[in-house]
Amino acid sequence: MSNSFELCVGPIHPALKEPIQLDFEVEGERVKNVSFKLGQVHRAIEWAGMRRNPIQILYLAERICGICNVCHPMAFSMALEKIAEIEVPKRAEYIRVINAELERIHSHILWAGVAAHELGFDSVMHYTWRVREKVLDIIEMLNGNRITKGVFMIGGVRRDVKKEHIPKIRQALQYYRDCYAKLEKIFLKDASIKARTRDIGVLSKKEALKLCAVGPTARASGVKKDIRVDFAYAAYPWLDIKPVTPEIAGLKARGDTFDRILVRLLEVKQSIDLIEQCLNDLPAGPILAEPVLQKLLVQLKGVEGESIALQEAPRGELIHYLKMAAQDSPYAWKVRAPTYANLPPLIPMLSGCEIADIPIVAASIDPCISCTNRVVQIDNDDSILSMDKLRELSVQKTNKILREVKK
Amino acid sequence: MTMDFSVLLFVPVFSITAILLGLFFRGIDRKLGAKMQARIGPPIIQPFIDLKKLLMKENIVPENAIKWVFNSMPLIALSASILVLLYVPFLGFPPLLSGYGDLILVLYLLMIPALALAVGGFSSGSTYASVGAQRELVLMMSYEFAFSIVIVTIAWLVTKTAPVINAFSLVSISVVPVWGLVGVMGFIGLLLLLLALMLVMPAELGRLPADIAEAKTEIADGVFVEYSGRNLALLYLALDVRTIAFSSLVVALFFPFAFTEFVPLQGIVAVIANALFFLVKVFIVMFFGSIFVHVAVARFRVDQAARAYWGPVLLIALIGMALVMWGTVLG
Repeated sequence: MSNSFELCVGPIHPALKEPIQLDFEVEGERVKNVSFKLGQVHRAIEWAGMRRNPIQILYLAERICGICNVCHPMAFSMALEKIAEIEVPKRAEYIRVINAELERIHSHILWAGVAAHELGFDSVMHYTWRVREKVLDIIEMLNGNRITKGVFMIGGVRRDVKKEHIPKIRQALQYYRDCYAKLEKIFLKDASIKARTRDIGVLSKKEALKLCAVGPTARASGVKKDIRVDFAYAAYPWLDIKPVTPEIAGLKARGDTFDRILVRLLEVKQSIDLIEQCLNDLPAGPILAEPVLQKLLVQLKGVEGESIALQEAPRGELIHYLKMAAQDSPYAWKVRAPTYANLPPLIPMLSGCEIADIPIVAASIDPCISCTNRVVQIDNDDSILSMDKLRELSVQKTNKILREVKK
Repeated sequence: MTMDFSVLLFVPVFSITAILLGLFFRGIDRKLGAKMQARIGPPIIQPFIDLKKLLMKENIVPENAIKWVFNSMPLIALSASILVLLYVPFLGFPPLLSGYGDLILVLYLLMIPALALAVGGFSSGSTYASVGAQRELVLMMSYEFAFSIVIVTIAWLVTKTAPVINAFSLVSISVVPVWGLVGVMGFIGLLLLLLALMLVMPAELGRLPADIAEAKTEIADGVFVEYSGRNLALLYLALDVRTIAFSSLVVALFFPFAFTEFVPLQGIVAVIANALFFLVKVFIVMFFGSIFVHVAVARFRVDQAARAYWGPVLLIALIGMALVMWGTVLG
């Protein structure tokens, strides 16, 4: 008799906030093998987008993710602005960064609460979520809504940061500076949290590079990679920003769950600084390249071309690919959310850990499953191609082209 | 010894009181825990509402469960928990069944609910429940030794210093408070024993940081995962009564003082005052052993819990035992 048995976590499980199926082969309490299946929350958003005009898509893009709903419309507008060669006013670029960094603060603090809950530390969860309310209040003050803000427009933003808003934002930033010490004490000093996260779910630097981990997950393993620095967009080129790795706190990057907590907490601090810089340098001027939407739509209708927009979402690198073919709606729109890149690293992280570690390790990449589900596999054998089949088809095609070239 | 008729009469009264008190204390527990987490929390009668709802719900038995084992375990857990209460001094009255068993029996009876949970989990045929049941057993093996050391040391102390007939009888222990039997050395020893007992308490009651067998976010409530309706109601009742029983045991061992020892009262007033005073003591024990702890820590992993109970907690109990012995023999 074999000692190992199968344990299935998901698609519905209290540790998971969204459906994903994780299959484990377990021996006693130790995990021997892991695999995962996706596709339970595919909503065909791209399909719906390709039947709408670009301004409508902005609101659709916002609904790809419940938490990072700044970066999706922002990435989409950046992609389209590149094709249509629209220049975004500088003030709008700064306001975009302010919104993106406010989102990063609320996303990371929300995540910290979820992580505490996965550890069974509900007091911390309630504390962090109460602290998070402040940033949501600021977002509501700026944009009129807490989560789905509808603030982006092709060629700028729809709502300005007014003069009377600035002292309130500064006050909130000060509030977070004050809270930060307490959060740091809870997450980095508490013995019971440390015992559950140090050297648990380790992702080595080599593996992070090999599996193309992105965002805080990669940075916690010591990979210095941040789209805001490497491919600076919006107002980031003018801001003082460095990729956050555990080395910044004077620690060696071990790539464990603790490091991922550390990196996210440090990023909250970084975001506070970035917003402060933005408020100091906020230039005057318009916030929209083309305020009349009808004109803008006509302009966008005529554009042709393709582009890729990169974004550093709270969870990591986000890619929007867009192809316009002088029509109302895009010819193609493809989204690659950060979690898509961060799921394969889960396998080395989870192999060899214990059942008790599964929730916190799985949560440590801050998975956003509904962002990731961009395709669904239906049970039709003809439509599924294996690697070998694909290669065979490619060889056939190459030979065909070669023959045509020779003629 | 013939069974007194009044005992038969009092058993149902005590059982119902115990269940009501268990639910009431659970309500306070949840409310206080919520307040400490800056939440509003459920009303204090919430456990009663939950119980009513569960009793109305369908009782589902999984297809691949061993049905009679699966169905009988909640009953066994509840009756064992109630039985413990009949052996410890409760509400200021001497134990109802004193003379029919002693501390050693209580020690065993306290193990039964945990065992019943584990067996129920194994019999349910669910992987999550099996993992939970394994964890429950590992945990039990870890804390039982430290727990027994505390009990045996106190019994030994009572035999050695107070001339009583049966040292393991809870009546004799509650008549002679242990604190009066020792010198300074023994006093420190007893404090350590009390600390060890309080540290065992979360594991014994399946509360954080040792709610490893349930571990909602890991194994979806573990041993409870397949239980529903009436069975689940019985299991919750068993846990609530066990909380009261264990706290009463701690009170009986370490704080057996009656209210009337401090304020002379007569008749029915004295009985009521003693009962209320007893409830306050039980609440204080529960507060430090369970409510306060579960809002202040994260969950242990089962290996960490086992290491903690075989290591530091056992050490505290052993040092406590050594100090008590040293103090008693030399003093």
